[in-house]
Amino acid sequence: MGFGPHLLLASLEGLVTAAVLSLTALGLSLVFGVMRVVNVAHGEFFMLGAVLAWFFSTLVTGHPAVGFLLALVLSPLVVGLVALICERLVLRRLSYDPEATIVATIGMLYIIQQLALTFYGPEARPVLAPFNFRVALPWFGYSGYKLAVIAASILLMGMTWFVLTRTRIGLVMRATQFDRETAQNFGIPVDRVYAIVFALGAMLAAVAAVLIVPIQQAHYLMGLDPLLLSFIVVIIGGLGSLRGTVLAAVLIGLSDGIISVFFSPTLAKMIATLLVALVLVFRPQGLFGTVAR
Amino acid sequence: MGRGSASRVLALHLAVLAVLVALYFVLPDYHRGIVPRVLVLAVFAAGYNILFGYTGLLSLGHAMFFAAGIYGAGMPAYYLDWGVLPAFAAGIASGAVLALVVGFLALRTSGVAFMIVTMMFSQVFYLTTLYFTTWTRGEEGLVIGQQLRQFVIGGTIVDLTDPATRYFAAVILFGVVLFASLAVARAPFGRVLIAIRENEERVRMLGYDVFLNKLAAVVISGVFCAAAGAAYALLFGYVGSTFASIQYSILPLLWVLLGGAATTLGPLIGTVFMFYVVDITSGYTSAYLLIVGIALILLVLFFPKGFLGTVRERWLRWLP
Repeated sequence: MGFGPHLLLASLEGLVTAAVLSLTALGLSLVFGVMRVVNVAHGEFFMLGAVLAWFFSTLVTGHPAVGFLLALVLSPLVVGLVALICERLVLRRLSYDPEATIVATIGMLYIIQQLALTFYGPEARPVLAPFNFRVALPWFGYSGYKLAVIAASILLMGMTWFVLTRTRIGLVMRATQFDRETAQNFGIPVDRVYAIVFALGAMLAAVAAVLIVPIQQAHYLMGLDPLLLSFIVVIIGGLGSLRGTVLAAVLIGLSDGIISVFFSPTLAKMIATLLVALVLVFRPQGLFGTVAR
Repeated sequence: MGRGSASRVLALHLAVLAVLVALYFVLPDYHRGIVPRVLVLAVFAAGYNILFGYTGLLSLGHAMFFAAGIYGAGMPAYYLDWGVLPAFAAGIASGAVLALVVGFLALRTSGVAFMIVTMMFSQVFYLTTLYFTTWTRGEEGLVIGQQLRQFVIGGTIVDLTDPATRYFAAVILFGVVLFASLAVARAPFGRVLIAIRENEERVRMLGYDVFLNKLAAVVISGVFCAAAGAAYALLFGYVGSTFASIQYSILPLLWVLLGGAATTLGPLIGTVFMFYVVDITSGYTSAYLLIVGIALILLVLFFPKGFLGTVRERWLRWLP
């Protein structure tokens, strides 16, 4: 295979990463943007989504698509419920103090991880893809499911954008993000908005995880990488900016895919992490963000 | 604070050290083996406390300073056959240099960004130890042999692999760091740090250089943590990249929160308590991460000042 097709393959792999990453990072960005809470447990919601996807897909027999669809519907709902409980029981009682919530979400990270290890076990388990055909390109065949993941991600991002900018609940969320106290004065139930946003953020991570499990197996430690990558994406994209998040996810996903194919993955991660830390130091509003108010 | 209070504080700290020395003669063998490890980790926590407790800067990347001490001391000992004392000094120096660089960059940010930046720098350090796996042996780590862990001072051989020597070496290190923390807390410099924690803008208005004071706090904190790391490498003879992982950035936070942030003895209490909780429960369950998680959440929810912080608030106002 020549350099051109090799690069095309790397770019396609990068786009799949970017598709999943932008959904996960969008969840993190939404929670940070509206609630000013850095959710360190976000990666664990991702992992929980994947593990539950395996669990639900084993409940039914027959065509793999049935199990997958069941997982796609139920797994985000359960994860959203777990997030809602965490929010009500812990974050709200801390009145969303930035430092206390970081410590608390670190606690959640360990609890969810340990529970997954205890009840799910240390094995990595696959979920069958709902369909199985290869798109024949002139140089190599490419998994149709991976292309579907990219399409599904674009669709879900579009839906999120629609909800945020064209519906009443989206308006309420943006108002809360813009100025919490004024929103409260206008009769917006800020407290309930926070609960919904936190659950929604976790559900986005869970959906991303369900989409990825047919490609990458479910494992109890799979949450750390998406968490760090999401941080990277959210920071480069500018905290709380939807457009920036998507642009940054594509940038990071593509470069991660391409660098990992041609160089060592560890080196790719090292360089990306270092660059991001420096972005945060020298350009805190992100590459695409505007100066914070 | 009057003279009476100063001597009371001194007496309390000396008493704690005396108890630690006395424990050696009382404890059974198993616990004699554990205490030095706990003390070295308490030094790590004390270093974290300088930055988190006194200066109010929450770092999520202190594993890199601990690991800088471990590698700074362990690599020259392993590859260049450096003696114990030069290796220990090299460990501390590595921590100081790293803290200076990281502090210089990370202190340009504040709040949430500071936490994420420190976490990312630490992650880069961790990945670096994995990347140069030919030298560091990654997770598997290096074992520093017995002959490299002894040195001669004044004609007597000090062998750090001997349990008694190791115990008292750990007590001495802990004592030095404990009194250094006390000195920082009581010095004008420490007062400035606390003032920065309480109201940074006001301190700046009063004419203090906030950045320089914070940078000094990062470096002191980094040096304490690196000293703990270097001691860990030389006392227990193991150098591995696990110590640079994110978990070792979270643990000192937990210990300090538990014992009481901005108290000199809090880090020791938190470390001892948490170490024994994990040690005892690991007899029944392997789910020790669950306990760490629950402890963190319960602490921030119901006990945000930690053990000694609450004691100080309620009863003993003079505790440093």
